[in-house]
Amino acid sequence: MLDREQVLHVARLARLDLSDEEVERMAIELSKVLDHIDKIRELDLEGVPPTSHVIDVVNALRADEPEPSLPREVILAAAPEPLHDGFGVPSPGAA
Amino acid sequence: MSELIELTAAAAAERIRAREIAPAELFEAYRARAAGNDLNAYTWVAEAPPADDGYAQAPLGGVPVAVKDLFCTEGVPSQSGSKILEGYRPPYTATVVGKLAQAGAPLLGKTNQDEFAMGSSNENSGFGPVLNPWDRSRVPGGSSGGSAAAVAAGLAPWALGTDTGGSIRQPAALCGIVGLKPTYGACSRHGMIAFASSLDQAGPLTRDVTDAALILRHTIGRDRHDSTSLEFPGEIALPQAEDLKGIRLGVPEELTGAAGGIEPGVRESFESTLALAERLGATVEPCRLPHAPHALSAYYLIAPAEASANLARFDGVRYGLRVDGDADLITMYSRTRDAGFGPEVKRRIMLGTYALSSGYYDAYYGTAQKVRTKIAEDFDNAFERFDFIVTPTSPCTAFELGSKIDDPLAMYLNDFLAVPMSLAGIAAISIPSGLSEGLPVGFQLAGPAFSESRLLDAAYALERAIGFDGSEARR
Amino acid sequence: MSSEKVEYEPVIGLEIHVQLSTRTKMFCGCRLSFNDPPNVHTCPTCLGLPGALPVVNARAVHFGIMIGLALGCEIAERSLFHRKNYFYPDLPKGYQISQYDVPLCRGGRLGDVRIHRVHLEEDAAKLNHLGTSGRIHGSDRSWVDFNRGGTPLVEIVTEPDLRSPEQAREWPSLLRTTLRQLGVSDVNMEEGSLRVDANVSVRPAGATELGTKTELKNMNSFRFLERGVRAEIIRQIALLEQGEPVLQETLHYDPASDSLTPLRSKEEAHDYRYFPEPDLVPVVATEEMVAAARADLPAELPAERAARYENELGLNADTARLFAFRTELGDYFERALAAAGGNGDKRQIDPVELSNWIPQLVERIGSDSDPASSNVAPESLATLATMVKAKEVSRDAAREVLTRLVEEGGDPRAIIEREGLGALTADDDGLGELVDRAIAADPAAAEQVRSGNMKAIGPLVGYVMRETKGRADGGEITRLIRERLGL
Repeated sequence: MLDREQVLHVARLARLDLSDEEVERMAIELSKVLDHIDKIRELDLEGVPPTSHVIDVVNALRADEPEPSLPREVILAAAPEPLHDGFGVPSPGAA
Repeated sequence: MSELIELTAAAAAERIRAREIAPAELFEAYRARAAGNDLNAYTWVAEAPPADDGYAQAPLGGVPVAVKDLFCTEGVPSQSGSKILEGYRPPYTATVVGKLAQAGAPLLGKTNQDEFAMGSSNENSGFGPVLNPWDRSRVPGGSSGGSAAAVAAGLAPWALGTDTGGSIRQPAALCGIVGLKPTYGACSRHGMIAFASSLDQAGPLTRDVTDAALILRHTIGRDRHDSTSLEFPGEIALPQAEDLKGIRLGVPEELTGAAGGIEPGVRESFESTLALAERLGATVEPCRLPHAPHALSAYYLIAPAEASANLARFDGVRYGLRVDGDADLITMYSRTRDAGFGPEVKRRIMLGTYALSSGYYDAYYGTAQKVRTKIAEDFDNAFERFDFIVTPTSPCTAFELGSKIDDPLAMYLNDFLAVPMSLAGIAAISIPSGLSEGLPVGFQLAGPAFSESRLLDAAYALERAIGFDGSEARR
Repeated sequence: MSSEKVEYEPVIGLEIHVQLSTRTKMFCGCRLSFNDPPNVHTCPTCLGLPGALPVVNARAVHFGIMIGLALGCEIAERSLFHRKNYFYPDLPKGYQISQYDVPLCRGGRLGDVRIHRVHLEEDAAKLNHLGTSGRIHGSDRSWVDFNRGGTPLVEIVTEPDLRSPEQAREWPSLLRTTLRQLGVSDVNMEEGSLRVDANVSVRPAGATELGTKTELKNMNSFRFLERGVRAEIIRQIALLEQGEPVLQETLHYDPASDSLTPLRSKEEAHDYRYFPEPDLVPVVATEEMVAAARADLPAELPAERAARYENELGLNADTARLFAFRTELGDYFERALAAAGGNGDKRQIDPVELSNWIPQLVERIGSDSDPASSNVAPESLATLATMVKAKEVSRDAAREVLTRLVEEGGDPRAIIEREGLGALTADDDGLGELVDRAIAADPAAAEQVRSGNMKAIGPLVGYVMRETKGRADGGEITRLIRERLGL
């Protein structure tokens, strides 16, 4: 059901650097699961609205009032690469 | 010391209020057991009892609580069982953990779990599997395996877990304790490291129904930090029913029928519990949940889809693991995530990404959302004729470590009795109904949204009549 | 060369992002930043920490509905937030919370351009690049400042109704004035609170099908918008004329070189995998909410004002738009109009005549200044205009009066009297004499005029104007000359 190309495509979308072995295994495992899941497509669901929210609540809104922010030292303490008072990363688009 | 840990949490709180025990004494008794446990049930244990904050006056009396690793606890590791968050200490505490602390239940430790709450055996943890105290060659269930094992083995008086597709109820069943999944929205998700946003709910794992009611009472409530949380209508009453007179129980054929894949020992325990319920005055009749057979498929599309987005934030930029930071950005992302996530998590991210991807959304995620609507309808219809729907909690008792780990689909199929309730967002509880070949069996009752008080009452009556003795696991 | 050259027409649509001037972010209570030090306005939610959840800012919804009403949109009874999934360092959750197929507002119109939709979303954080140019290319390391992340944005998408680079400059200006009047945003393109991207395609004139469109980004002023769009139209037409197809791509405008470069194409086309945001509940625009938004709208928005000026007051379209777009000019104009009876002058004011004098005033006080803060009271301008209309002062003399008014304020009648700038008419002594002298001084011109060449009258009129120091009305002088010449 899912071939290698598809697995690689999805892995790229999900930013997962799967090894060759993982790709192979994933194709088999996911295909098996999808085969089973596929049965729901046989149901007649014409006109059935999708449930995007289980609870019957609307307009959970918040007043536009400021709340304390986190101190910078605290958030940068967890950073893998603190840089210039911010979070360092490889530049996008750099080779 | 051993008699201390034989007390239920409610009983211990009583004794503390009566000044027969000091909170620190109780805390230390559990702390020592937790720190020395051989079940790998904990990822972190407190180093000392907290200073007494007037616990004798607090509703929960200072009885400490073990909390699943995925609840953010400020300054204390909160890793959701994953290497990608190994050692991560959040700058804030989850609302429900804070509420329990306020009510007098301080943090005893963080319990081990399946990574990002994905699993039914606790073999998917980045920090090693958890063992079942009834038989250490077997799994405790998952994903709240650590919490369940800790409570069952007397390593904690009670515990907080989360249930997305059975992750409180199923380990409770496999470990012979009580586990409750509240109505979706009843408890705040603020500070719960997310798996599937529309399904995750915090709930108690306890030795008995009364303890579960106590925890529930002090964890419910609308939280302004969680838009999907609701004000619980009314209060949680402590259960006291002595019988089940007038209670109508419905047994869904689609789930419990012969083709269901339920182990004979489990089925036997289920049937005898139904007989017991009748003796207590309940009526037991078959009911229909026509779309329940498709609940598993819908669940394994919706949950991974939401998870694939919820886990996108683990990218090595702001916290957690980073691999190959000197490589280009995409490589850094991809290697970090490949190294930090375990195989089950990767599988579900892939499944979820696929289900949402261009060209497949309607067929998969879109369809699953419609099936969800029908399942909720099925329960609504059933609840017009029945007070509670009852099933075994799990189709099998605790299986051997390693026996299903190579067959993801087989592992997923374990959840088929629990996921319909999750999809519908209704309340469900598992209580121990007996043993099968020495291993605990769980009995599940599900009630309409916000029926927790009545549900707990019915479970309590049944629990009294069953008289399950879980002390064996505490030795 | 083909014998028939195809005429192409440009088809342009705009995508506008507006940062709202709420106090806090879209989904959390962090304050909005104004050039504050990096990363001082963050919290678990806008940092994408594990376990954090979004909560919608009520004021952002209020502003969104206001914008929808001002643009004549239909406000959705019920709208949803969706997750737009992709990976980038400025996107902490790995998805942006936005709106997809159930947005807050649909339809609408502003001036000549129809609105497709208006929706709410959160802004990305700021990615800074090390290296001197601040550009991505050439730097190895970047760092993220999350202050901006989570700022409430309204996205406005137009229909592809724009038809020229000029319109691509003018229409956003009308939008900006409208939004500024609403008070929902600073709408400052340089600061980034207003961002405009353009979708451009061309097609043979008269065709109905749309050509392939490209997306233009990074034009951070109206001038650059016009230039970028113009450059792209030229580029596309050139391609088509060579028989080459236009590729669908995103182009980055560089103001320094006035050129467009394709952004590095990504291997996969964007698959955003939209699905409804499960952490948020639907937004229902109740009657109360819509009424509250309507109550906060200004009485008259620029497009309405321009229409009123043109249709009811008879101003020409350009002047009507100018006064409507620049609120201070329109406000001043209306105060002057209303000044009938001010300064004791009971005559009717002619709006068109009055409108001529506002640009004159602006010229004297500087184009960035507000007439209301000048020395010229609206009644005074009104009086001056009325006097010109009634030929009590010549146009030239009136300009001098205006200059005086700008310097010292006061009543124009007093200035005219003091300086002796009142109009000379034929009844005044000496005007007829001056006309005679003009004719005598330039008989050649006079002869030309007599024989029918009216253009030659110029020097004769000029002579009299100079002699009267501009006090005589040009029309009056012309009339007298013709009379004297027997025409």
